[in-house]
Amino acid sequence: MLNIQNLHAKIGNKEILKGLNLSVNAGEVHAIMGPNGSGKSTLANVLAGRNGYDVTKGTVEYEGNNLLELAPEERAWAGVFLAFQYPVEIPGVNNVYLLKAAVNAVRKYRGEPELDAVEFLGLIKEKMKIVKMKEDLLNRSVNEGFSGGEKKRNEIFQMSVLEPKLAILDETDSGLDIDALKIVSEGVNSLRNEERSIILVTHYQRLLDYIKPDHVHVLSNGKIIKSGGPDLALELEEKGYDWIKEEAA
Amino acid sequence: MSTNTENMEELVGKDYEHGFVTDIDTDTVAPGLNEETIAFISKKKEEPKWLLEWRLKAYRHWLTMEDPTWAHLDIEHIDYQAISYYSAPKSKDDGPKSLDEVDPKLLETYEKLGIPLQEQKFLAGVAVDAVFDSVSVATTFKGKLADAGVIFCSFSEAVKEHPELVKKYLGSVVPAADNFFGALNSAVFTDGSFVYIPKGVRCPMELSTYFRINASNTGQFERTLIIADEKSHVSYLEGCTAPMRDENQLHAAVVELVALEDAEIKYSTVQNWYPGDENGVGGIYNFVTKRADCRGNNSKVSWTQVETGSAITWKYPSCILKGDNSVGEFYSVAVTNNYQQADTGTKMIHIGKNTSSTIISKGISARHAQQSYRGLVKISKSAENARNYTQCDSLLMGDQCGAHTFPYIEAKNSSATVEHEASTSKIGDDQLFYCMQRGIKEEDAVNMIVNGFCKEVFKELPMEFAVEAQKLLGITLEGAVG
Ligand SMILES: Nc1ncnc2c1ncn2[C@@H]1O[C@H](COP(=O)(O)OP(=O)(O)OP(=O)(O)O)[C@@H](O)[C@H]1O
Ligand SMILES: [Mg+2]
Repeated sequence: MLNIQNLHAKIGNKEILKGLNLSVNAGEVHAIMGPNGSGKSTLANVLAGRNGYDVTKGTVEYEGNNLLELAPEERAWAGVFLAFQYPVEIPGVNNVYLLKAAVNAVRKYRGEPELDAVEFLGLIKEKMKIVKMKEDLLNRSVNEGFSGGEKKRNEIFQMSVLEPKLAILDETDSGLDIDALKIVSEGVNSLRNEERSIILVTHYQRLLDYIKPDHVHVLSNGKIIKSGGPDLALELEEKGYDWIKEEAA
Repeated sequence: MSTNTENMEELVGKDYEHGFVTDIDTDTVAPGLNEETIAFISKKKEEPKWLLEWRLKAYRHWLTMEDPTWAHLDIEHIDYQAISYYSAPKSKDDGPKSLDEVDPKLLETYEKLGIPLQEQKFLAGVAVDAVFDSVSVATTFKGKLADAGVIFCSFSEAVKEHPELVKKYLGSVVPAADNFFGALNSAVFTDGSFVYIPKGVRCPMELSTYFRINASNTGQFERTLIIADEKSHVSYLEGCTAPMRDENQLHAAVVELVALEDAEIKYSTVQNWYPGDENGVGGIYNFVTKRADCRGNNSKVSWTQVETGSAITWKYPSCILKGDNSVGEFYSVAVTNNYQQADTGTKMIHIGKNTSSTIISKGISARHAQQSYRGLVKISKSAENARNYTQCDSLLMGDQCGAHTFPYIEAKNSSATVEHEASTSKIGDDQLFYCMQRGIKEEDAVNMIVNGFCKEVFKELPMEFAVEAQKLLGITLEGAVG
């Protein structure tokens, strides 16, 4: 599904990713942990095609194609979804309206007929239940005035509607209260299947109690310096990152 | 900017280099402005003597006036002697013979606007044999309007057919000596629209100048007069919803609205004159005086404008709220891209008791464009319990454009309530990226954000107009980000 080889990326003149390797198969859940500023969001942004990130070396293959060649919206059409660490507010643009435009853009790309208002409402009614999305949030401007937790929940709601093939969740658990964490995790779990891959960026082992990863990676200073199973997360929770950094050095 | 004026002179002047032409067939006048030119125009239009006198008076006053410089605009000096003040509609033979001869860029724009092919030909000035469906359409409408007693005709026709109405109301809202461009218009106006809605009549349809102005291919100095008699109601749409090729022209129009007791006028404009190219060369100078007189008690005038075109826009549709309980509204979206400049806003002059006004102004600037909102809310001593609410929002795209707000408030009656809110925001790369990550193309994302920003104004427009305005905005701002 996704194969990242020796990825180097710069922001301006600063090299952030320094030879990152990661391979994700269809149906797998990978957790990426690592200290602040190690490059986790940078990786997510590079995969989503954000402007301002220069890939200087390495390759990213997605479903057999060169992902780096695609424009951000083309990546979205191809099934790449990023749940943002900091979802942006878009005043004046209705949340449902944006989502409908997104769904129809993908459908158009796939050669499917666009959904009309009624069909679309039918679809989101279903999905709202999955993350217990409050109805009034739907009709407000995108993320405007949403609480931190509401924004995160909105991201997962969008994901459930868009049904991506590769979902990258950047610290979606941060800012969620205990109940919300559970609900959002259940939402993510309900989307797990053999075809869908998920990359979870998180700082907290707690999320991984709810969403069991197949693999756990430690990203430090722009590289994956250790990979393991779910136990690695427990170990990190206990011992922190220093021992791995030393081991890697 | 200097190329601007040079081009303008060249273009406007070049067809008319043979001096003063009196040959009736050619219907042109050489560049230059003097009393003879005005007499020529007046004669061509077979006007009564009083109107010629009125024009000349305006002209003599204009001579004593100076170009206004207070606007936040960079206007190259205009040589008024280099402009030709009368040019009859181009004959069919002058126009392109087929669509192949029309600038493809223009056709592309029409296509995007969803204008049908037949209409595209018409707008581009292609000689189409069956002149246009609208001729017959217009006549059917005319019948229906006449049944209701509504007068809707060209200004010239009104001068001939309804001189008493014209004489009574012309210049009663915008006096001939009102301002530099208004005075110039009063001296040399060529045509425009005239509307009279009789007492108690609700005009059975929206009136529009869309076809007529395009057809006549004039419109440099048009004059519009709308009178809504007691308890009447009219909604009037103005503008070209398709871009015109009128490059490098001075466009100085005057619009006067009179609302008598319990009458209501809704005036909507979608202005999309040629804005000049990406480098700021060419484009229309749009210097327009629009004013409404809410003369009667409980009268109401509502201006809605979507301004996307013109190289320079100088325009302040205003309301004089004389009648008690009269209401004035101004809803505006102004878009400036590339090197476009706009200084626009409104004046709400409260004179009657319990008068109220609402101002919603949305300004969008992209690239190097500069835009100002200039508004005056004046509460006279007599205006007991007057209320005003003003909201001015600016949206910037990129770092090189500018938005400026000049709200003036003069309150001479302490019972007045005046509220002002303002905001400036920017379309951020992060907003666009968010949309694109969800599969929405950049230009659609820009559209979505801009339309969201303009929502409050668009909802004031008649349905089809609102749809066109949205499309127009998209076209105007195409590629403005990134
Ligand atoms: N626009 C930018 N300009 C310069 N440096 C940047 C920019 N964006 C990010 N960085 C730097 O890149 C490094 C990696 O940032 P990134 O956001 O990827 O970290 P992260 O692993 O996601 O951290 P966190 O756990 O705090 O979210 C940081 O040192 C950060 O300061
Ligand atoms: Mg991060």
